[in-house]
Amino acid sequence: MRYLPHTREDIAVMLQAVGLESMDALFSAIPDDCGRRDIPDLPEPLTEWELDEHMAALSGNGAVTGHHDNPHMVFLGAGRYEHFIPETISYLLGRSEFTTAYTPYQPEMSQGTLQAIYEYQTLTARLLGLDAANASLYDGASALAEALLMATRITRKKKVALSGLVHPHYRQVVQTYLRPSGIEIVDLPYLSNGTTDTSALGAMEDLAGVAVQSPNFWGCIEGLAEIGDMCEKSGTLFITVFTEPLAYALFKNPGDQGAHIACGEGQSLGIPRWFGGPGLGMFACRSQYMRNMPGRLVGQTEDKQGRRGFVLTLATREQHIRREKATSNICTNSSLCALMAAMYMASLGGTGIRELARLNYDKAAYLKGALQRAGFRIPFESPCFNEFVVEFPPGFKATYDRLLRRNIVAGLPLDPWYPELKHHYLLCVTETRTRSHMDAFVEEVTS
Amino acid sequence: MSKPLAPTGLNMNEPLLWEMDKPGRTAFSMPRHDVPSAPLHDDLAGDGPDFPDLNEMGVIRHYTRLSQWNFGVDTGMYPLGSCTMKYNPKINEKVSRLKGFAALHPMLPALMTQGALRLMAELERFLAEITAMDAVSLQPAAGAQGELAGMLLIHAYLKSLGVKRSKIIIPDTAHGTNPASAALCGYRPVRVTSGEKGILTPHAVSEVMDEDTAGIMITNPNTLGLFEENIKEIARIVHGKGGQVYCDGANMNAVMGMVHMGNSGVDVLHLNLHKTFSAPHGGGGPGAGPVCVANHLAPFLPVPRIVVKDGVYHLSEAFPQSVGRLHSFLGNFGVMIKAYAYILSMGAEGLKKASQLAVLNANYLKEKLKTVLHLPYDRPCMHECVFSDKFQRDQKITTLDMAKRLMDFGFHPPTIYFPLVVDGAIMIEPTETESLEEIDRFVEAFRIVTREASESPDLLRGSPKRCRVARLDETLAARRPCLMG
Repeated sequence: MRYLPHTREDIAVMLQAVGLESMDALFSAIPDDCGRRDIPDLPEPLTEWELDEHMAALSGNGAVTGHHDNPHMVFLGAGRYEHFIPETISYLLGRSEFTTAYTPYQPEMSQGTLQAIYEYQTLTARLLGLDAANASLYDGASALAEALLMATRITRKKKVALSGLVHPHYRQVVQTYLRPSGIEIVDLPYLSNGTTDTSALGAMEDLAGVAVQSPNFWGCIEGLAEIGDMCEKSGTLFITVFTEPLAYALFKNPGDQGAHIACGEGQSLGIPRWFGGPGLGMFACRSQYMRNMPGRLVGQTEDKQGRRGFVLTLATREQHIRREKATSNICTNSSLCALMAAMYMASLGGTGIRELARLNYDKAAYLKGALQRAGFRIPFESPCFNEFVVEFPPGFKATYDRLLRRNIVAGLPLDPWYPELKHHYLLCVTETRTRSHMDAFVEEVTS
Repeated sequence: MSKPLAPTGLNMNEPLLWEMDKPGRTAFSMPRHDVPSAPLHDDLAGDGPDFPDLNEMGVIRHYTRLSQWNFGVDTGMYPLGSCTMKYNPKINEKVSRLKGFAALHPMLPALMTQGALRLMAELERFLAEITAMDAVSLQPAAGAQGELAGMLLIHAYLKSLGVKRSKIIIPDTAHGTNPASAALCGYRPVRVTSGEKGILTPHAVSEVMDEDTAGIMITNPNTLGLFEENIKEIARIVHGKGGQVYCDGANMNAVMGMVHMGNSGVDVLHLNLHKTFSAPHGGGGPGAGPVCVANHLAPFLPVPRIVVKDGVYHLSEAFPQSVGRLHSFLGNFGVMIKAYAYILSMGAEGLKKASQLAVLNANYLKEKLKTVLHLPYDRPCMHECVFSDKFQRDQKITTLDMAKRLMDFGFHPPTIYFPLVVDGAIMIEPTETESLEEIDRFVEAFRIVTREASESPDLLRGSPKRCRVARLDETLAARRPCLMG
């Protein structure tokens, strides 16, 4: 086996050095009744070339845009977005000094990872308009759960409010994380314009935090500033959630609108969709809450000769030191995805990211307008970024299925999560869709 | 040393990204603006982020230079204990980036993702086979989320029996994340100390196990690199009082195909695909931390689960007793691909051989170093061994000094000051992918370091000397946190 370097002679030499007769003798500590006599039932090992072929076949049936054998046009967003990723990023990820390193516990040998993550933290904090960002969490959903737990720790209150227009999967994950600790979760309903109804917030007492997603699950931009004001008055922590951070290159960012914490998914920033993972849990907060943050932090410092360098810092918050009193149990995070996001943000730059965000906005507006003119209803009037809801006529399911057979995925049906929204579909358009794609799509749904 | 690994090197300076900003540059090929500009309300528009503008080669050089300041498994031996820094096969990187996987949207209709679902279903079965457990969920995104999943499963299972308990037993040789994971489920950790042999005794467990204790979190092999020989008896005691046995399987690399986890009394076990199953650690993640369970816990596994109906794979949430969802989508699929490819490349015999060689390497290294480093538990070890700095304390040389000095010889230091049961711990895990020659070189370097400790201790205190930076001031970083530029 090419991954195992030992020759028969090596093994003999080493066994002799440890004073044992056989490899089996190395395992004498395993009692008979825990040991295993059978061989796990696994396929015969494949050569590199057989594996390559097998994997090509398995991946071949995936419905993705631009696939040579199986091209599709997918108008799906809902938490995972199709964006162009510069070749430079996958090329740089071939630098295995990044890929094959562990968590940078030994800073003198990990300055590459540490400076890159420090830069990621900086760009993230700037994008979200807050003072400090962590080195990453697993994904958007667990980042939200961590933010709510953080709010309960800071305020010592055990009730949180969650917008019903936060991604349904995120709401499920929040339930999973918060249920065992007995934290009460209040769901906020929605208004007819497609944004969160926060009217009940004023009357709610003992609220640790309020979490609202913007752009929300239906793609609508929420009136964050008003919620921020309300929270400031009541001493409730305001958590802004996002699944599409590119929107903040065009719209006002969470920090400027009063968010105490902003968290969500960073997949949009140069990370492939990968069937939903790995993603990138982004997390930032105001400076006064820095020591309550979950996850790792990279900080700037100096070496013995006064040269700039970077280290993991404020570790006293973390599980390996504070054990059960830690701010989170997270250890391994999503560092390599944070690195990809940093490379992507650096590639776009301040000028490029504004232009790209504007392009997404204009494309979505174009398709929305074209569908509206074709006679379909746009039920929610609030402004959107790159996704929006369309109400198709009853019986549209047959058209949807016909389009699937023609390799077109006409968005995401919403009724599994919102049964009242029959025939409502969430459609996403990014810079990857050309005008002619969209024109062709409108023609297909109307024919 | 006859030929030092790291004699010299060209090392470029590289500023922070924003120190190179020149507005107007770009490293992105902007797609055509082929639609009209839509109106945007002034109230909504923001200023956009203050990002630096760079050109494409600027970005490439920046990250290429940063990468040269880093050390990975591909650079050299990285014997971090309990981290299993084995070789990360390159073909696995390639197949994980196949377009049909990398560009796949997780909310597509199941018929359009059959290949990916089949890969996941097969990986679940492979992991069940390797551990001899009954059912698997691939959803947890890393080891600590796997631990949380395990605790949630136990919590939900006990609740289904109408039982509410407040404590969990955690030995002093368990992984550091265990107490924090248990606390998320409202469990108060009860510490038990391991016996003289470095393993838990049934007696110690029976003293604390009671009917308010949900179970035990046991790391096996433990963080001293020792197999918990009494696991079966401990499981009997815990089960006898109505508790459950959670096994932290981060150290599974020692016992693939060697241990029947089900027969040893384990109810739930997590694995680290980024350790045992060769996926790279990525400088801190992403990982994947699947949980493997015995049949009675299967109804509680996270949703969605993969089910097969008439030869077609589907995702189902129809498991009313489930602990719920843990991940935005299905877990870290990109990492699962690499583990799947690894298992297919190794086969059952290959995996068993890997474990045998991992254990052989650790025992060999232990024998070679125990004359110069204090070995608190002088017993045959599994995949890792734990020394301490006791012999060097006379010269006031610490584990940290020796770790930093090792860098000058071109080796990443071992895990240090963990496990906590050993004062000044030096925890070494060579893994099976290091050759006899490489281990000999590491042993030679460590022996030189211990000799220097007595002959020229200041050399160690002033190390590392050959790294890009000298020892960094971690106290300053924590006292005056500077987290963004």
